[in-house]
Amino acid sequence: MNNRLKELRGTRGWSQQTLAENLDISRQSVIAIETGRYDPSLPLAFRIAELFACRIEDVFVSPSAGQVAG
Amino acid sequence: MPFSPAQRRYNRRVLILSLVYTALLFAAVYLLSRHLVAGPLAYVVGILPALAVCGFFWMMAVYLVEESDEYLRMLQVRQLLFATGIALSAATIWGFLEGFELLPHLVGYVWPIVWIAGLAIGGVLNRLIERGRMLIGRRQAGL
Repeated sequence: MNNRLKELRGTRGWSQQTLAENLDISRQSVIAIETGRYDPSLPLAFRIAELFACRIEDVFVSPSAGQVAG
Repeated sequence: MPFSPAQRRYNRRVLILSLVYTALLFAAVYLLSRHLVAGPLAYVVGILPALAVCGFFWMMAVYLVEESDEYLRMLQVRQLLFATGIALSAATIWGFLEGFELLPHLVGYVWPIVWIAGLAIGGVLNRLIERGRMLIGRRQAGL
């Protein structure tokens, strides 16, 4: 699933490690999610969206819609 | 990549368990090969190294429970499934061929060893799958 995680992280000036620490996950997980290798669970997707103060659909591309909202 | 806290605990436990297993195995071989124990005690001595091996399986279950990182947990589950599939398939194929007297008899504890070898294969397959997915993901993202 494509997403804007890398872009959102960039706006905060965070490294992958910083994002991982903020989400209490491994850097491996951040890389896997950013590159679309791993689709996070709904609770983790909510945590990511809440961290960036936005909606889930602002972070993740709906596979059916094919585009990021906003 | 640094280990997660659960992975560090798992590694420490496996290291300790490996030492315990080695000590129990040497003790059992020494005592039983020299017939220094007999009767029910011989069974107890004989089963102790096997229980240590069972401890490895238990440690893996504990790791899955303790790992809070869902991606790492998914990788571990996939690795375990590869290992299980390989070991069960190998045991089934060998068992049939042995039943048809085409292969010699193998002792049962060979299969946990095959399973552990399957874990190593699962680790390699995990990396290949993740690398392939990364390339697909980058292509889809137009990178």
